[in-house]
Amino acid sequence: MIEVTQLTKRYGRHTAVQDVSFRCEPGTVTGFLGPNGAGKSTTMRMICGLTLPTAGSATVAGRPYRHLPNPGRLVGVLLDASAQHAGRTGREVLTVAAATMGVHRRTVGEALDRVGLDAVAAKRRIRAYSLGMRQRLGLAHALLGDPRVLILDEPANGLDPEGIFWMRGLLRDFADRGGTVLLSSHLLREVEAVADRLVVIGGGRIVAQGDKDELLAGGGTLARARDRAALRGALERAGLPVSDGAEGLLVPADSEAVGLAAAAAGIALTELRPAGAGGLEQLFLTLTAEADAPRPAETVDQPAGTGAAARPTEEAAR
Amino acid sequence: MTTTASTFEVTPAAERRPSFARLTLVEARKLVDTRAGRWLLITIGLITAAVVTLQLVYVPDAEQTFVNFFLSSLFPVGLLLPVLGILSITSEWSQRTASTTFALVPRRERVIAAKLAALVVAALASLLASLALAAVGTLVAGATGGAGTWRIEGMLILHAAVFQVANVLLGAGFGLLLLHTPLAIVTYLVLPIAWSIVGGLVRPLHRTAEWLDTGRTMEPLFGTEMTAGQWGRLGVSLLVWLAVPLLAGLVRTMRREVA
Repeated sequence: MIEVTQLTKRYGRHTAVQDVSFRCEPGTVTGFLGPNGAGKSTTMRMICGLTLPTAGSATVAGRPYRHLPNPGRLVGVLLDASAQHAGRTGREVLTVAAATMGVHRRTVGEALDRVGLDAVAAKRRIRAYSLGMRQRLGLAHALLGDPRVLILDEPANGLDPEGIFWMRGLLRDFADRGGTVLLSSHLLREVEAVADRLVVIGGGRIVAQGDKDELLAGGGTLARARDRAALRGALERAGLPVSDGAEGLLVPADSEAVGLAAAAAGIALTELRPAGAGGLEQLFLTLTAEADAPRPAETVDQPAGTGAAARPTEEAAR
Repeated sequence: MTTTASTFEVTPAAERRPSFARLTLVEARKLVDTRAGRWLLITIGLITAAVVTLQLVYVPDAEQTFVNFFLSSLFPVGLLLPVLGILSITSEWSQRTASTTFALVPRRERVIAAKLAALVVAALASLLASLALAAVGTLVAGATGGAGTWRIEGMLILHAAVFQVANVLLGAGFGLLLLHTPLAIVTYLVLPIAWSIVGGLVRPLHRTAEWLDTGRTMEPLFGTEMTAGQWGRLGVSLLVWLAVPLLAGLVRTMRREVA
């Protein structure tokens, strides 16, 4: 439903987004993950036609966003919960949006109920709203036109744990009824619980994407031996990229390849198991640490396929 | 890859583009649904009332006519209407509502056109307010010994309409071009002062000012008759200060990144 093809955005000499491609299918929640400044918001703004891409394209339901006749009835967008006129009341913000989209005024009250903003809160001006209330209002705004697609940038920001739990249920339910959800976050744990697919972005490039389960499992293999350096040497000789994990060596290969390489070198393994989420987590930490530093240009090119195409530990190794 | 688009069920409502009338109504609503906008409109009304009241008290009885009440209310209103024009455009950016607005209506030129239409409606409404308050003034004048004459030339009302519509659109043009509230307001207010100073000091500019200083080209609108030459000068000045900023501002808005 959302298709992003080789999107690139350059500001002068700075490249904010480089060659980003991914798809979001109906019935799924796609988590768009990356540290702050990785290019998530820029990508989402390009999808919504608010920022013109330097190259590449994005479509929603097969059309560029700017060509959608009445986008609010197809796509619910929440890019910045604070981007509302401070002097309007919550109810007024929704009333204006409803009038624009041609949605019956009655839906305003329903939308407010749905996100848990009571009559008192609805009458207050946005100036007096907490960030959590603004997020709730933003979600109400996004849901107002009864859309098929949701595009949400950091919707969990400012929500309390109860609010985050509620929002997960809402998004899961939306996708289970055939909707398409793209939500961004800079916290892996936050989207892990609700996303079916993950797209990980760092330094403006996609570094991993695929099914969440495959990605989390595809964190490679964790291997341990008494002589860590020897094991590392053996694995490297076998052509396997190795990185240091907290518990042992992380290898982006299945346990069979690692076991064989160790056996060939005559090393007894003390532990050999799937690294689990550790790989992705480590990739994520690496990205966050590197967020300030410019990244080397040779990052993997990801085909916009459906299968898991992650090479997390390869990234983490650098 | 494109097959998913055809199998995807798009509701009919999503295919119905909001009409221009609908967008204009929305923009008109946005002029009054914030405290700032509402108070600006209330202020315009209060100032008009104050001007009429002052006239009732201080102007000689013989001059307390409908025409005079009406004309003298035009100027203060004409000073505030541009501010309304500026705010309606720039607040989208200063309050960052532009991203919401353009996400709902991605054809930005339609939003801008609807804003301009709503502003024209507001300017005409201010004219009605001026007429109504002038009528009240005339009634009171008639009862308190003033002239209370009702005669007014239709042409004068038409001129007044041109004056107020031009004023509100001048503001919108500045707002659209500069996209920054204080900058647009200051520029708009300083420009006529600059004209009168520079135009008065620099001799070669004196003739230019006759064509470009809107303060001077609009003056004849306060009379009942305007020559072709006066219309021409008004047209040229509005082309430079209204049409050009509007167009340049529109181009800027179309391309601008919405953060």
